[in-house]
Amino acid sequence: MTGERAHAKAPPAFFSARRVWAMALRYFYLLRGSWPRIAELIYWPTVQVILWGLITRFFVTHSSWLAQAGGVLIAGVLLWDVLFRSQLGVAVSFLEEVWARNVGQLFVTPLQPYELMLSLAAMSLLRTLIGVVPAALIAIPLYSYSIFTMGLPLIAFFINLMIFGWAMGLAVSGCIMRYGLGAESLAWLAIFALAPLSGVYYPISTLPDWVQPLAWALPMSYVFEGMRAVMFEHIFRTDLILSALALNAVYLVAGGSAFLGFFRIARRHGLLLQMGE
Amino acid sequence: MPAAPLRRTVVRVDRLTKRFGAVTAIDGVSFSLAAGATVALLGGNGAGKTTTISILLGLLLPSEGTVEVLGEDMLHHRHRVLHRINFSSPYVEMPKRLTPFENLTVYGHLYGISNVRRRVEAIAEELMLTPFLKRPTGTLSAGQRSRVALAKALLNEPELLLLDELTASLDPDTADWVRGFLERYRVRTGATVLLASHNMLEVERLCSDVLMMKAGRIVDRGSPADLIARYGRRNLEEVFLDIARRSAEAAAQ
Repeated sequence: MTGERAHAKAPPAFFSARRVWAMALRYFYLLRGSWPRIAELIYWPTVQVILWGLITRFFVTHSSWLAQAGGVLIAGVLLWDVLFRSQLGVAVSFLEEVWARNVGQLFVTPLQPYELMLSLAAMSLLRTLIGVVPAALIAIPLYSYSIFTMGLPLIAFFINLMIFGWAMGLAVSGCIMRYGLGAESLAWLAIFALAPLSGVYYPISTLPDWVQPLAWALPMSYVFEGMRAVMFEHIFRTDLILSALALNAVYLVAGGSAFLGFFRIARRHGLLLQMGE
Repeated sequence: MPAAPLRRTVVRVDRLTKRFGAVTAIDGVSFSLAAGATVALLGGNGAGKTTTISILLGLLLPSEGTVEVLGEDMLHHRHRVLHRINFSSPYVEMPKRLTPFENLTVYGHLYGISNVRRRVEAIAEELMLTPFLKRPTGTLSAGQRSRVALAKALLNEPELLLLDELTASLDPDTADWVRGFLERYRVRTGATVLLASHNMLEVERLCSDVLMMKAGRIVDRGSPADLIARYGRRNLEEVFLDIARRSAEAAAQ
């Protein structure tokens, strides 16, 4: 024993590159140990490049398209936001419980998992209306475009987008229950992976042939095609809406089943009490 | 001499085992709790206390064994009895941005309590929460938050109360008050209490029976007085240390 201590004898310097390094190391450890965080870094630039590449490709060959139906991009943005808010409304409401370390406490009450799912869906509807309605109203004086001129078809579009958002939100919430806060960013990014396939700003026919079957497997592709049919041809395509509803039924069952499945896994692994740490 | 009336069994645990991969968290645990008893689950960190309580609550599925609470199989029919039990643990919290009133109101509805507002006001009065009932929970002191957690745990007047380290973060004065309150509650309602604790004085004061856990097993059981006499020690803390160190020495040899 030499009597030497582990700490330095001199008082700490005003600035230390070593302390900066220590903190950078701390964030690196966090990043290295979490695949969702690494995936997120790659995710956004990739999705943006694909989405804007497809938009560019479409408008290069259809430059007069916008002039035929003013507001089609604004309508696309607003309806896309319905989908995004719907999904986020479910996932963030669930995250609120995780952040509050309240999940374990909830599931020792008589609350059933499907009751929680229904309450998350109800909150999602409220949050979507609060988020999207003011934006739609602001578009009227700013851009002389009212999405409400679509009339009753708008309700059909809204319902379909909400349902798919719930399905996605439940699946994402299940992932958070299983993988913890490392999967938190899924709440914000999951739906955007589907944006290039959804035909929000361009027809599905713009997509490469081999991608189009994937697009037609998504309910929102039918909604956005239906939106363009209303705006360009002034017809309401019930066939598109019925297809979207049928697909939504499948996705909602799948999303709910994923939530329940992850709940069972969380019970098996003892994750419900630890969630939020 | 007339036979003493048999007390109803509230909890019956049989050969309960929980494995997490290669790690066995609890290993063949069996015990039962009679109605009105206050029983302590004692053991060092990692002994399996929280795992046992989580399984009793249905939050965790066991690898083997059965759990019956208030006559119901907790692994398959836990929703039939969850309204009759409650728990408190430092591992869970209540949303900090909500006030105690809002938090307790939500739980009142989840437990299906009739006239939630009146019940929340009554339990707040009993636990002296009224002055800060409308302040955000996150702004309360640790002691105040613990009383809010206890209010939540007693909101539905549970027949079975599971408490994990009830007074761990409390100063001695507040902890003593909480223990006194709990004793009065048990006497008034006849509730059964299972208490996981590291505080031996608390266990001696509150509990009629002790289950000693080590490495996922129940290694001894009895009343605090029985255990102290059997081990020839002065108090339960010495018994606890005796069991913990004797096992460690045996393992070392």
